[in-house]
Amino acid sequence: MKKLLASFVLGLSLLAGGTMSMAQTPAATASEPAAAASVAAPAAAAPAAAAAAAPADAASAAAAPAPVPNKGDTAWMMVSTLLVILMTVPGLALFYGGLVRSKNMLSVLMQVMVTFSLIVVLWFIYGYSLAFTEGNAYIGGFDRLFMKGIWDNAAGTFANGATFSKGVVIPEIVFAAFQATFAGITCTLIVGSFAERIKFSAVLMFMVLWFTFSYAPIAHMVWFWMGPDAYTGKEVVDAMNGKAGQIWQWGALDFAGGTVVHINAAVAGLVGAFMVGKRIGYGKESMAPHSLTLTMVGASLLWVGWFGFNAGSALEANGFAALAFINTFGATAAAVLSWSVGEALHKGKASMLGAASGAVAGLVAITPAAGNVGIGGALVIGLIAGFACLWGVTGLKKILGADDTLDVFGVHGVGGIIGALLTGVFNSPSLGGPGFVADWVTATGVTAADYSIASQVWIQAKAVMVTIVWSGVVSIIAYKIVDMTIGLRVSEEDEREGLDITSHGETAYNR
Amino acid sequence: MKLVTAIIKPFKLDEVREALSGIGVQGITVTEVKGFGRQKGHTELYRGAEYVVDFLPKVKIEAAVSEELVDRVIEAVEGAARTGKIGDGKIFVYNLEQVVRIRTGETGKEAL
Repeated sequence: MKKLLASFVLGLSLLAGGTMSMAQTPAATASEPAAAASVAAPAAAAPAAAAAAAPADAASAAAAPAPVPNKGDTAWMMVSTLLVILMTVPGLALFYGGLVRSKNMLSVLMQVMVTFSLIVVLWFIYGYSLAFTEGNAYIGGFDRLFMKGIWDNAAGTFANGATFSKGVVIPEIVFAAFQATFAGITCTLIVGSFAERIKFSAVLMFMVLWFTFSYAPIAHMVWFWMGPDAYTGKEVVDAMNGKAGQIWQWGALDFAGGTVVHINAAVAGLVGAFMVGKRIGYGKESMAPHSLTLTMVGASLLWVGWFGFNAGSALEANGFAALAFINTFGATAAAVLSWSVGEALHKGKASMLGAASGAVAGLVAITPAAGNVGIGGALVIGLIAGFACLWGVTGLKKILGADDTLDVFGVHGVGGIIGALLTGVFNSPSLGGPGFVADWVTATGVTAADYSIASQVWIQAKAVMVTIVWSGVVSIIAYKIVDMTIGLRVSEEDEREGLDITSHGETAYNR
Repeated sequence: MKLVTAIIKPFKLDEVREALSGIGVQGITVTEVKGFGRQKGHTELYRGAEYVVDFLPKVKIEAAVSEELVDRVIEAVEGAARTGKIGDGKIFVYNLEQVVRIRTGETGKEAL
């Protein structure tokens, strides 16, 4: 039966691969540079829609030459993509791996690497299309199923994706690859919550469901819009706004994924920790990290890679990328300090685990804020995040009562929420922030006088709450389905012996 | 023939080894062990979860010696391993039934 299932899955994947290679022959789609240029972040309009986008469009396309990707922007975005891949493999893998007992090291490394790979493949099959094409306010469509139309292999041309600047584009392939790494790392974050007792197949099955029904929709709702070049005049503004994701339409600011990535994953992790149950011996036996050295290596790779995560989310190599870059630097450093100070004051000693966790907390909190706040604001956000997440993994953890093994909610949940809310505060021009673009036709920002911190924070809060509820509900259903079909946990004997040997037939450290 | 076993603090190993060479003990076996007596352990703290670690790292030295040498061995180990603080360790003396040198097949006192 298992072999039959395996052959079936293999056949399906060959079919998927074959279909994808055939989907590269695009008819008239991407060979039209003008049509491609108006493709925004990237809404891949089908060719018929692009042509039907009216003579007015063609006139303006004729008036202004179609934008061509800048090589610097393209190179930067490819480097950013690489940096985020490095964040997951081996950054997150080692960060998590070092924190578990040595008998479970490989299981964590496997869950991270294989989940990442699975999600990337699904992204290229349908995930990218669901997240970043036109559909409705909650989910995209199938215009880019199997990545069709993203380049024209017959003509040798490549579709463009919008940035946040009018007339500036990057190859859509680069945008799609960049976003693939985000989808991948978000899903692998969840693994930390149910580590050391989850069944490997259960992880993969859960990820397919959660990625499809939580990650893609929330990414669409927060980040999908038609791009600055679609706002050609006042008369189209309402129509263009109406095509964007629901949370984008509210005006929520999330530069690199405080909601989409961190809160989304953290809630899924917390729900998982509750539904999978505590590890055997939790609270009684020692479950101390087996290698804080590797955890520190992982945290360092996360910090370095995160510059690609945050600064790359500017989608071009410009001043706002630089702002996101320097904020990623400052907030993280501040959080390392505040966590260490907090721990020293509270427990008497600053620990390596604390410093590493502090770094991650700062990185999480600055994620939604990176290009949206000033340098001072970033430092404050980092400082607060260090203290808040320290509480998240101690006080809050006790209150919640779940065995969130690697403190996914304590760091990513608390950090993500704090960061998302504080983005609404420090985005204000009066607090050194850049504000937001109020009018995409002229690309003018909101003035300091018009900026209301209270209303922006409220918008941020709405985004946070929708993410929490959406992710929570999807997670509960997904875990339930997995539990009812293949079961979530390994057996007690397997858990005691260790997942490395029982799930993967290997030991990490040969004795 | 006697087997003298000593549990000592790890940093005292070199001193004890030299002291034993000094009185003519030619071979010893050393193992890394952990244990506790009256010396208290320490607490480790990971993200708010406290673990009390009772076991402390120690070193075990075993030397097979002839009965005549035992008192001097004890004296040498005691002198080299003592710091005066709790956790210095203990010395145990066992009766040794038989000793064989594998290379030559010698047994008994010649094999010591």
